[in-house]
Amino acid sequence: MFLKNFDITKPELKASRLGFAEALVDLGKTNPDVVVLGGDVTGSVKTDLFRDAYPDRFFSVGVAEQDMMGTAAGLALAGKIPFASTYGEFATGRPFDQIRQSIAYSEMNVKICASHCGLTVGPDGATHQSLEDVAIMRVLPHMNVITPCDANQTYKVILKCVEVNAPFYIRFYRDNSPNFTAPDAPFEFGKADTLIDGNDCTIMASGLLVWESILAVEDLYKEGINARLVNMHTIKPIDKETIINCAKETGCIVTAEDHQKHSGLGGAVAEVLAQHYPAPVEFVAVNDTFGESGTGKELMDKYGISCKYIVEAVKRAIKRK
Amino acid sequence: MFPNLNNPVFTNIDDLNEIARQIRRDIMNMLLISKSGHSGGPLGMADVFTALYFNKLNIRPEEPYKKDRDFVFLSIGHIAPVWYATLARRGYIPLDELKTLRKVNGRLQGHPAPLKTHGVPGVEIASGALGQGLSIAVGTALGLRLDKKPNHVYCICGDGELNEGQLWEAMMTAGHHKTDNLTVIVDRNYCQIDNRTDKVMELEPLADKWRAFNFEVLEVDGHDMQAVLNCIDEAKAVKGKPSVILAYTKMGRGVSFMEDNYKWHGVPPNDEQGKIALAELKPTKYGDFVDYYAGK
Ligand SMILES: Cc1ncc(C[n+]2csc(CCOP(=O)(O)OP(=O)(O)O)c2C)c(N)n1
Repeated sequence: MFLKNFDITKPELKASRLGFAEALVDLGKTNPDVVVLGGDVTGSVKTDLFRDAYPDRFFSVGVAEQDMMGTAAGLALAGKIPFASTYGEFATGRPFDQIRQSIAYSEMNVKICASHCGLTVGPDGATHQSLEDVAIMRVLPHMNVITPCDANQTYKVILKCVEVNAPFYIRFYRDNSPNFTAPDAPFEFGKADTLIDGNDCTIMASGLLVWESILAVEDLYKEGINARLVNMHTIKPIDKETIINCAKETGCIVTAEDHQKHSGLGGAVAEVLAQHYPAPVEFVAVNDTFGESGTGKELMDKYGISCKYIVEAVKRAIKRK
Repeated sequence: MFPNLNNPVFTNIDDLNEIARQIRRDIMNMLLISKSGHSGGPLGMADVFTALYFNKLNIRPEEPYKKDRDFVFLSIGHIAPVWYATLARRGYIPLDELKTLRKVNGRLQGHPAPLKTHGVPGVEIASGALGQGLSIAVGTALGLRLDKKPNHVYCICGDGELNEGQLWEAMMTAGHHKTDNLTVIVDRNYCQIDNRTDKVMELEPLADKWRAFNFEVLEVDGHDMQAVLNCIDEAKAVKGKPSVILAYTKMGRGVSFMEDNYKWHGVPPNDEQGKIALAELKPTKYGDFVDYYAGK
């Protein structure tokens, strides 16, 4: 799973939006139906790479996210595979109704790719910190939701999503972050990845919190606790089987995400457990509050989603077994 | 149904007007049965729908999604009854199905559903939440142009609907990309839910606004069949920019007590009103799909 010669203290850093943008350029080479929409944040979400490579397959719609989603649906109707990309908040909050009606309900083959997600857009402040996007995309029938953990995985997710004729919401980040999964590690849509084995507790993490969880597993190990780590990259459709097995085998679960505590990954996991195998669950997530300006690191600490909170949550979960 | 469905391009203006009247009768009968739905907009647009579906569009009801079809997007999903009646009269769906408007387990949803859910052949995508159709139409037009396809794209919008910001975003996009394979038809009836359009939100100078967004603007009496046909031809011939037809219509056209009255935007006739309406909309040679008053 991990890069060869992997050093936990010095991971390679790369922004996952680059994994997205590089995959688009590669896809563009082999698939003439792939088209990209720009919402005046083209340089930020890195779709300028695609635009410069295939100018006739790039459509600027201006700062107009609602129009972007509708135009994408129309392109899908014309047989294209449109990628609509902007910041997480503006890819979901502003055009929710357009996504709901024209993409999800209408089952259009549109790939909504959200960059700049979560708290780590830092200084931009709460208006730009999308912490509700997974919840409002997950609740939509027909929508598939993926939150890759690093640039390499984002690249693979983008290649994969065009193989499935359905709407997708794919969530990634602006900032550099550890790029630790191996380029040749398989990405299986809908199947959670067990990254580290362990029997005392399972940490089910998504996105940036997968890395924080790796650090947490290391710290826990030093204290004699063997935590299992599962990368829940696909939030919808959720991998029920893995969740139930982990609860059976380790007796408790901690979810970890850079998203609101309600209705995100934690909600998805709890829904499965409540119905199929009730077990103690602790949630590491932003606790029903908006963010603020600060550095990504500061905010992850302040809002309770960094490594040490995962360590504490695992201990709490184990006590409740 | 129609005698010559195999060659359904009607060129005789009297025939087209009679079809439009039959569609208006169908709308009234559908709403009498469903006891819910919109009267005004559908009656007002019956002539434009007839012109499109019985003369102008490149379509084949037996093959609703044929590759070179013209696309029709109904951005104002609430006028679905005129679409359903037109599609039924044109052979896309059984006439008898018109009885199922807004009924549970049926395909004729209150607002058009996508094919995969409850949809009706001929419908491309869901609508109902206003303001979204033009973006979709522009996207389709861009995709078709990319593939050098001949299809023309039509998008039908309301005038009240133009209050929605997304439409102006889409107008900018269409103008910017010069999608001349796109024609917007605005149902300019000066009515919306709350009141007349100038009371709710002034749209004038509307033609100038579209022009300012780089559209070729055409204006037509939406109840003059010959003029509507000519106008659609002119719009299609526009090169280098998208076109818009401001179709001046009357809400509730054909039923005296509904005409030009915004209060008829969203309500069906009751039995008494329906009787008067059907008397005013004289029976046609095509015949009704139901005798609503039989045995009443
Ligand atoms: C986003 C959205 N907001 C509000 C409505 C409710 N609504 C349905 S029709 C309508 C008025 C539309 O006016 P117009 O386009 O002129 O249609 P007409 O009254 O001529 O049929 C409104 C406000 C809606 N369907 N979608």
